[in-house]
Amino acid sequence: MAVLDDGAWQAIRLTLELASLTTLLLLIIATPLAWWLSQTRSKWRAPIGALVTLPLVLPPTVLGFYLLVLMGPQGPLGQLTLALGWGTLSFTFTGLLIGSIVFSLPFAVQPIQHAFEAIGPRPLEAAATLRASPLDAFFTVALPLARPGLLTASILSFAHTVGEFGVVLMIGGNIPGQTRVVSTQIYGHVEAMEYAQAHWLAGGMVAFSFVILLSLSLLRRSGGGFMR
Amino acid sequence: MSAEMEAGADVNRVRLALARSEFAVDVDLDLPARGITVLFGASGSGKTTVLRCVAGLERASEGFVRIGGEVWQDDAKGVFLPTWRRSLGYVFQESSLFEHLDARRNLEYGLRRARTPGGREALDEAIELLGIRALLARRPAQLSGGERQRVAIARALATRPRLLLLDEPLASLDLPRRREIMPWLERLRDQLAVPMLYVTHSVDELSRLADRVVVLEQGRTLAAGPVGEVLAQGDLPVLAGEDAAAVIEGVVGERDAHWHLARVRLDGGDGIFVRDGGQAVGARVRMRVLARDVSLALEAPQRSSIQNHLHGVVETVMEDVHPSQALVRVRCCGQALISRLTCKSVEELRIRPGLPVWALVKSAAVIA
Repeated sequence: MAVLDDGAWQAIRLTLELASLTTLLLLIIATPLAWWLSQTRSKWRAPIGALVTLPLVLPPTVLGFYLLVLMGPQGPLGQLTLALGWGTLSFTFTGLLIGSIVFSLPFAVQPIQHAFEAIGPRPLEAAATLRASPLDAFFTVALPLARPGLLTASILSFAHTVGEFGVVLMIGGNIPGQTRVVSTQIYGHVEAMEYAQAHWLAGGMVAFSFVILLSLSLLRRSGGGFMR
Repeated sequence: MSAEMEAGADVNRVRLALARSEFAVDVDLDLPARGITVLFGASGSGKTTVLRCVAGLERASEGFVRIGGEVWQDDAKGVFLPTWRRSLGYVFQESSLFEHLDARRNLEYGLRRARTPGGREALDEAIELLGIRALLARRPAQLSGGERQRVAIARALATRPRLLLLDEPLASLDLPRRREIMPWLERLRDQLAVPMLYVTHSVDELSRLADRVVVLEQGRTLAAGPVGEVLAQGDLPVLAGEDAAAVIEGVVGERDAHWHLARVRLDGGDGIFVRDGGQAVGARVRMRVLARDVSLALEAPQRSSIQNHLHGVVETVMEDVHPSQALVRVRCCGQALISRLTCKSVEELRIRPGLPVWALVKSAAVIA
């Protein structure tokens, strides 16, 4: 008998897909947001910063609940998607993706924001004196110098998405091949008393998380020199 | 007067006014087409702010900046070019090299963007002038502080700027490194046809590098003019004190190998002996003469250990920091010296403006 059954492989594939897409979209969303937070002197900086950090402290069920309401047929997002003929997003992969992005947002924004702040104004001023427009300086100076922060953000977002459970359960349900990820799969195995299957998946998650944290600390040590 | 003539009259003009909580700045500078103009003053005098405003990194509330005939800021007409549209080079106090690029790509960063004709040649010349060809493959982290600043200066020059701004470029370096860079800066001053605005609070850098000086105090111009004249004014608190000194220039006339002395001839013909520092005969040198090393005599001294006698005329007698002493400015061979005397001597010798005297220079240090 195979160690992992088809359902497990399906869950693993779905988890990796979800985590990769979430990470990719988060980098695109979080980088400008982090840049704005690191540069602005607007009075909105503090409230927006707090809002971005909120998913870090809220119970996933609270977050999942509001997302569910938002995406449901009565919610504004749900009504929009219905009007566009897409149906509702709850209990779909897309809904899960949106939930994951919101849930992991602070894990992406904070390392990038700190990296931008650590650069300080000097390199960007130097770029301006060398005829680089602000956009040019952002891509050729700020982004390369913030590379360690971007890497940390990617790894954390990916790992955090793989590890999410509460939000998935609230807005994704547990539909095989659609929204059933590894964490909900384990939950299902335990419910059904299939401990052997649960062991393999759970052990795999422990090993995966350990490798992630180890590579992160190794990265910090080698990448740090670059920032100084 | 036609607009054209007016533009020709002051091609490089900087007029700035701004108020900050700590100080206000109000300056009006005219920069010559080449050479170093030093903005000199204690910290907090607003000199770095002036430089940043010229670059557009900060914005003066009322300003007019015209460099090389091009208007960068004119608040009367609502003109303000952002920094990246200004043809300038800027050298920051601490290294501002991009850490993620090696020295060569740092140098080429501005070159690629400015696309000034002849930029490649200008960069080559700067690499040569600053002696950094061997460093091009290195990352900034692998360069010493002095090497980094040299690369930073070359990087600023590679865009062929109309104005080079240097904000205390040596302040972050220790003394040996400063001594290492100073000759490179002198070469730039003597060989490049670019006006340079140089901020410092070091009298040493001022004496060696400046062609013209603008002394700032609390954002206002206290004195401005050629370095020799401003230093010899003697009544500027920032330049007075124990180290009050004048800077004079001359040409090495002959070198005496036996006594290890060189005779430097001032423009009027008189000469003084200085320690032979290896300068070639015919080289133009700059010397710093401390006020306390200059005595005055009414007649040519006959048998004195002081061998340097310059004939001159007293210009002014000024108060010194301590009430027992006075600073006397004497013009010798068209250049100004200052002498520190006791008020008692001034009284007994009746030293007054217009009096012909002999300045006895005990020692003069060649600084460049």
